Amino acid sequence: MGSIANAFSSSIGKKLIMGLTGLFLISFLVVHCFLNCFVFIPDGGLMFNTGAHFMATNWLIRAMEVVLMAGLLLHIVQGARLTFQNQAARPVKYAYHDGQSNSKWYSRSMGLLGTLLLIFLVVHLSQFWTVSRFTGIPSNDANGHEDLYAVMKETFSNVGWVILYVLSMISLAYHLLHGFASTFQTMGWNHKKYTPIIKAIGVGFSILIPLLFAAMPVWIYLGL
Amino acid sequence: MRLGVPDLWSQISNLMSQISIEMSIGNMNLTLKVWRQKNTKDTGKMVDYKVANISPDMSFLEMFDVLNEDLITKGDDPIVFDHDCREGICGMCSMFINGRPHGPKDAVTTCQLHMRSFKDGDTIVVEPWRAKAFPVIKDLTVDRSAFDRVIAAGGFISVNTGNAQDANALPIPKAQADSAFEAAACIGCGACVATCKNASAMLFVSAKISQLALLPQGQPERYKRVQNMVAQMDAEGFGNCTNTGACEAECPKGISLENIARMNRDYYSAKFVSEEEG
Repeated sequence: MGSIANAFSSSIGKKLIMGLTGLFLISFLVVHCFLNCFVFIPDGGLMFNTGAHFMATNWLIRAMEVVLMAGLLLHIVQGARLTFQNQAARPVKYAYHDGQSNSKWYSRSMGLLGTLLLIFLVVHLSQFWTVSRFTGIPSNDANGHEDLYAVMKETFSNVGWVILYVLSMISLAYHLLHGFASTFQTMGWNHKKYTPIIKAIGVGFSILIPLLFAAMPVWIYLGL
Repeated sequence: MRLGVPDLWSQISNLMSQISIEMSIGNMNLTLKVWRQKNTKDTGKMVDYKVANISPDMSFLEMFDVLNEDLITKGDDPIVFDHDCREGICGMCSMFINGRPHGPKDAVTTCQLHMRSFKDGDTIVVEPWRAKAFPVIKDLTVDRSAFDRVIAAGGFISVNTGNAQDANALPIPKAQADSAFEAAACIGCGACVATCKNASAMLFVSAKISQLALLPQGQPERYKRVQNMVAQMDAEGFGNCTNTGACEAECPKGISLENIARMNRDYYSAKFVSEEEG
């Protein structure tokens, strides 16, 4: 048992936690993105509100919400710890370090991209999640469901929020562009046949999901 | 005119020495910004030097020899740097040149880097490897004994494996033997640590684990080895791998990231499956 506990405090174990929580957050993005795509249905948000109502009332989803928050928190705390430890591993910096010559900027900037995403999450959760779960949504739609779509329309009538959301999704795209394939490497799943496929799926995922998310506020702002 | 043998010999040797002088004198003039640090306590600083008449055929270390001879002639302290075989196989040379370990060329060590990779009039920045686990001893020389301690923690086979066996006595698939050989090509120079933004030693450690994990002789201690070597790596204060791939790109021996994935797999097997403690 001691062996298992100290496995997670080792350099590889800490990375494993980052990878596992990362994969879990990726799976959340898929669900979140799928349900939010209902905003593209031109029915005044009825379908979207039905989806939101299901997410807010299903006990399994509510239970998973707690797991999701725990996973997110673990990803953030562990990421911050790793970033500080890694900085401490080189106390005297180079006068000139040409990182560009051997690696992608976003792979070297996961801490920065993650911090931008954290700031976005604070804004995003306070705009929608706390309203939906705690403070309450002011109106109901034709189906009698809480009208989350109206909150969304109200929020994204402000171009400032639309720009913030689009920029944040660019951060997410780059975070995923490194994070997706990196998770598999950390898990030890590096294989001559499968790694190129994983990398290709990673690139596709990193473009598709943030693009769909970014399209939502733009879609609503433009009143499409 | 008839020449006697001694005359002919002296003429040839004169000619040869003239050629060798002409070959060693080149036309490159360079500005070097070199890290100078008296000892481990000194804070150190970058110092500018001018070198003249450098031949493009010189290696980077030979250029430093010229600079050091000049410094010695002037009564200055020569620049201390590590080197040994100067054939690219010992892993001693360790200069961080213009922001990259072993300089601008891929898959070479500093001793195999030639001045033709630079242009006349260039300014070249030369620093030691920078890592908490590789403290600077003097100038461009760092203490890489952390690597030795990682090896001592498990990078070996405890039993005498005897003489070389009959080629087919131990059937090993060619691809596996090749992977083991490629991992064993690591010369332990530390370029991976030097270039990694986290000063992580995972490429080195994974190569030293893989070269044994891929062969039958390495199996009895496989899980003990990975636990002990990773524990020692962490204890030395290296950073954590974030899979940027910089190490693989800069490795003079082209050690692959596949080794890090293999080490991770072995580590999980050792910690979560095997009953063996480190």
